[in-house]
Amino acid sequence: MSGWETFITAAIKAVAAFGFLLTLTIILVWFERKTVADLQNRIGPNRAGPWGLLQTVADGAKLLFKESVTPRKVEFGLYIAAPVAALVPALLIFMVIPIGRPFHIGDRLIDLSGTDLNIGVLYILALSSLAVYAVVLAGWSSGSKYPLLGAVRASAQMISYEAAMGLALVPLILFTGTTSLKQIVEIQGGSFGVFPAWNVVLIPSFLIFFIAGVAETNRAPFDLVEAESEIVGGYHTEYSGFRFAMFFLAEYINIFNIAAITVTLFLGGWHGPSVDFGPLPWVLPIVWFLVKSMALVFVFVWIRATLPRMRYDQLMSFGWKRLIPVSLLWIALSTLAIGVRRMGFPWT
Amino acid sequence: MVEVVLFAIFALAALAGALVMVTARNPVHSAMGLLLSMFSMAVFYVMNGAHFVAAVQVLIYAGAVMTLFLFVIMLIGVDRAVDTDEQIPLQRPMVLLLGGGFVFLIFSAAWDAWITGRASGVCTVDCTGTIENISSELFGAWLLPFEATVLLLTIAAVGTVALAQFVIKPRLLESRGDEE
Repeated sequence: MSGWETFITAAIKAVAAFGFLLTLTIILVWFERKTVADLQNRIGPNRAGPWGLLQTVADGAKLLFKESVTPRKVEFGLYIAAPVAALVPALLIFMVIPIGRPFHIGDRLIDLSGTDLNIGVLYILALSSLAVYAVVLAGWSSGSKYPLLGAVRASAQMISYEAAMGLALVPLILFTGTTSLKQIVEIQGGSFGVFPAWNVVLIPSFLIFFIAGVAETNRAPFDLVEAESEIVGGYHTEYSGFRFAMFFLAEYINIFNIAAITVTLFLGGWHGPSVDFGPLPWVLPIVWFLVKSMALVFVFVWIRATLPRMRYDQLMSFGWKRLIPVSLLWIALSTLAIGVRRMGFPWT
Repeated sequence: MVEVVLFAIFALAALAGALVMVTARNPVHSAMGLLLSMFSMAVFYVMNGAHFVAAVQVLIYAGAVMTLFLFVIMLIGVDRAVDTDEQIPLQRPMVLLLGGGFVFLIFSAAWDAWITGRASGVCTVDCTGTIENISSELFGAWLLPFEATVLLLTIAAVGTVALAQFVIKPRLLESRGDEE
């Protein structure tokens, strides 16, 4: 593939991914409001468009045209940089997730992900660890006490749960023997009897990763960072208009990212039943991927509607005294099991 | 060509970050400068085909260490500018002397020796598989030093926890008179 072709393919993928994520955010926000309303015996948005589908579009348009109020005490440079720092890692993480079966155009193989990295899993962890800067910078540069409290909470919370998140993936990497997301999905293509060979057999890893993912996105019950009943809105209290919209966008893209990464790593990615008819072998994997991801997004919303917010000390002790020891123990156990599976018992 | 342009941009960014880190009055700005430097370093690693090292650089330094710095800065109090009074006599001349000496050493070493071997263009060998290469090196030829380092770090971590735990007792003794 020549340089220009690589460049053009990458550009098309980037633009397509951006459009996809923006559309998806509109649907996700509507989906969340509707689902929470159902779970709480309310109706939810039902005025704008059929079933209130256009409500998010209306809200988004309102945010874009609204004045971006800048408080007097802000540190302007960092204040402007923080929303960008929120959005960029969210968009970049999505670029490595394979959303469908690779296909051919002519003799050229095109992956349905931005790029396939040899260090895909580490790349995801690295970028999600950068997400904390947006919160911290926004909170600090706002020059106001509630955002600052949110920022301090965020930095401690996100470091704690990042550790659990990384540790949860160690057994997975040992099990699959690769850190490339494309290969991890390919490995899950087979089956154990009637069950698909998904990595979800590593149940503790799956659970710890997902819980830590919920905490990383600062969603209920881990939403102390923006606890509106205690610290107004946390780090984005002083933001309005388009700058606030960027934080909002980043939050929902991050939710989808966590769901999509969990699907990719543990739930077989785009694998699923397929029929060999017309374009179906190419279309169905994308549908499967989206269905699985949306199911996990539903779990996000479900948790939010069900569980009350944790207290700060509960949050910390759950992270450090439960999740991390459990993941360390699980690493030891799974390493033994994987060793035996690969090389047999030491006495044989 | 692309590499040269990228290198120029990120080399400048790294230097600017370092300057900001040293000169900024506000500790948060210093932290941001250091972050910029570290991130630019990660880009250099990618350009040299060391993707694994780059990911670890971002993950550990930018993701964990700097976040911890920021956390501490915010806990201690962010609005106070740093006390810039110099306590050590003759600090500036000494800094100039030592810094100049260091630069001289670097240049004289770089004059006839390349630490990493001669640069051979960017990534002429197969760039993928670096994580496999690193792990086979670490767990093959360098197993003993690697394990020793792991042990050292574990001891340090356990020692930190132990220090933090044992510090409580004398404080309790001192404040026995007050109500706890």
